Amino acid sequence: MATEADVEARLTGLDALALAERTQPPRTRTLWRATWPKLVAVALVLLVWQAAVWSHHWSSYVFYGPGPTLSYLKHLLATASFWDSLGVTARRALEGFLLAMAIGFVVGAATARIAVLRSALASLLTGLQSMPTIVWPLFGAMLLGLSNGAILLVVVLGTSPFVARAVLAGFDQVPPILIRAGKVIGARRLSLVRHVILPAAFPSVMTALQQGWAFTWRTLMTAEVLIPVAGSIGIGTKLDNAYSQQFFQVMMAYMIVILIVGIFVDALFARADRAVRARWGLLSQAS
Amino acid sequence: MSIGALTKVFGQGPAAVVALEGLNIEVRAGEFVCVIGASGSGKSTLLHILARLDEATAGEVRIESRHVALIFQEAALFPWLTAQKNVELPLRLRGVEKEERRRRARELLELVQLSDAAGRRPHQLSGGMKQRVALARAFAQDADLLLMDEPFGALDAMTRDALHQELELLWRKGEFSVVFVTHNVREAVRLGDRVVLLTSRPGRVAQVFDVDIDRPRRHNTPEVGELSRSITDCLLEEVRAHGH
Repeated sequence: MATEADVEARLTGLDALALAERTQPPRTRTLWRATWPKLVAVALVLLVWQAAVWSHHWSSYVFYGPGPTLSYLKHLLATASFWDSLGVTARRALEGFLLAMAIGFVVGAATARIAVLRSALASLLTGLQSMPTIVWPLFGAMLLGLSNGAILLVVVLGTSPFVARAVLAGFDQVPPILIRAGKVIGARRLSLVRHVILPAAFPSVMTALQQGWAFTWRTLMTAEVLIPVAGSIGIGTKLDNAYSQQFFQVMMAYMIVILIVGIFVDALFARADRAVRARWGLLSQAS
Repeated sequence: MSIGALTKVFGQGPAAVVALEGLNIEVRAGEFVCVIGASGSGKSTLLHILARLDEATAGEVRIESRHVALIFQEAALFPWLTAQKNVELPLRLRGVEKEERRRRARELLELVQLSDAAGRRPHQLSGGMKQRVALARAFAQDADLLLMDEPFGALDAMTRDALHQELELLWRKGEFSVVFVTHNVREAVRLGDRVVLLTSRPGRVAQVFDVDIDRPRRHNTPEVGELSRSITDCLLEEVRAHGH
C-alpha cells in the first residue's frame, strides 16, 4: 500500500516530467528576427520617397528628398532651440498623459463597479472617443485662450475617454472564476478590487496605456499647431511655423522627429506590455 | 455541517428551473463525503450554496465549521502571483503578519510537496501542480470544511491517481471534513466514507452508500470495483428514467 514516501516520490517524478520541456532560442537570434523587417521597412519608405522626388511631379524647392531632409535634420539636432522645443513638447505630453491616465482610470473603474454610472457613462465615453481630434483644440482655446493650460486640457480631453473605456473593458473581462475564487478566500468589496480585480485587469490596462499614448501624441500635435503659446514653443508649433514660412525642408525634418518620438515611446510601452503579459502567462509559446 | 430541505430555483415563472429540491445531507466532523450525479443534478450549485457564493431559495443550511474553502475544477489560481504568494493571499486578507504568512505558506507548500515550485507562476506549473497549490491555498484559509468541485476532472489518469493518494493522506493527517463533487463513480468510492447519489433535474438525494473499505485504498482493487459497479447501475437507471 502507498506510504507517504511513495506518494512523494511519485509526485516529484510527475512534476519533473511536466516541467522538463521548454527551451528558448538564443537572444541574439530573436533580436535579429525582430530587427531586420523594420530595417527593410525603413529602406522601402526611403526608396518610395526618393522615387517620388525623382518623378519631378513637385518642384525641388517644395518636396525635398531624403538626402537634403536628413542632412538638415542632422543640423537641427545640433541646435539648442530644437532641444528646447522638444523639451516643451515632452513636458506637455508627460503631464497630459499622466493626468489623462489618472482621470481615465478613476472614471473607468467607477463606471465598471457602480451600476448607475455604467448606464449613465458607458455610451457617452464611446461617443467622446469618436470625437475628431481637431475639435478639442478649438474648444480648449475658446475656454482658456492660447495658453499652456489650454493645451493640457486638450490632451486630457482627447485621451481620457479612451483610457476610461479601456479600463472599463479591462474590468469587465476579468474571468468570473477568479472573482469567485477571491470571494471564497475572503476578499470583499475593496479588498476584492485591490487583490483580484485590479491585478487581473492590469494587462488590459497596460494595453490601454499604449493606445492612450497614441491619442495623447495626436491630440498634442494638433493642439500645438492650433494653439501657439508665446514663450513656450513645442515641435508642433515649429512644424506649423515651417509650413507657413514655406521652409518645407524644415517641415519634413520635424515630421520625421514627430514620427520617431511617437514610434519610440510606443515601443517602450509595447515592451512594458509584453513584460506584463509574460508575467501573467498570457503570451502564447509561438510569440 | 448539515442541510435540511434545501431547495434552489433559478429564474421565475414558467421559465424557472428547479436545480435542487428538498435536499437533506449531513456531514460529520472529519468525514469525507462524495456527491455524484449526472449532468443537471445541481452538484456545483450545492457547493456554491455551501460556500456562500449563492443563496438557497428555501431550506436550512447549518455550517459549524470555522472556515469553508472551495476548490474548483480549474485551479483558479491568480496568474500574477507566484505559488507562494497565492498561498499567502488568504492569510494576508485575514491580516496575518508578513513573516508569519511567509512561514505558513512555505509549510503548506511543503505539505503538498511543492517547496521547489514556490517561486513559479501558475502558467509555469502543470495541471496537477496547480491543483496542489489550490489545495495549499485552501489550507491557508484554515478551513475545516473543504468543498471540492470536480477538482481532478481535467487531469490525466496517472496524475489523478497520485493526487487521490495525496488528498487521502492529507485528510487522514488533518482535521477537516470534505464534500467532494464528481461525476466519476470510481473516484467517489476511492475517496469517500459515504457516497451520496443525486437525481437530475431537479437534484434530490436518490440514495446514500456507505463505503466500508479499509484505507489507504487504491482505485483498482476488487472492493472498489464492485461497489462502483452497483452505484453506476443506480446512476444509469436514474439517467435512463430521463430518456422517457
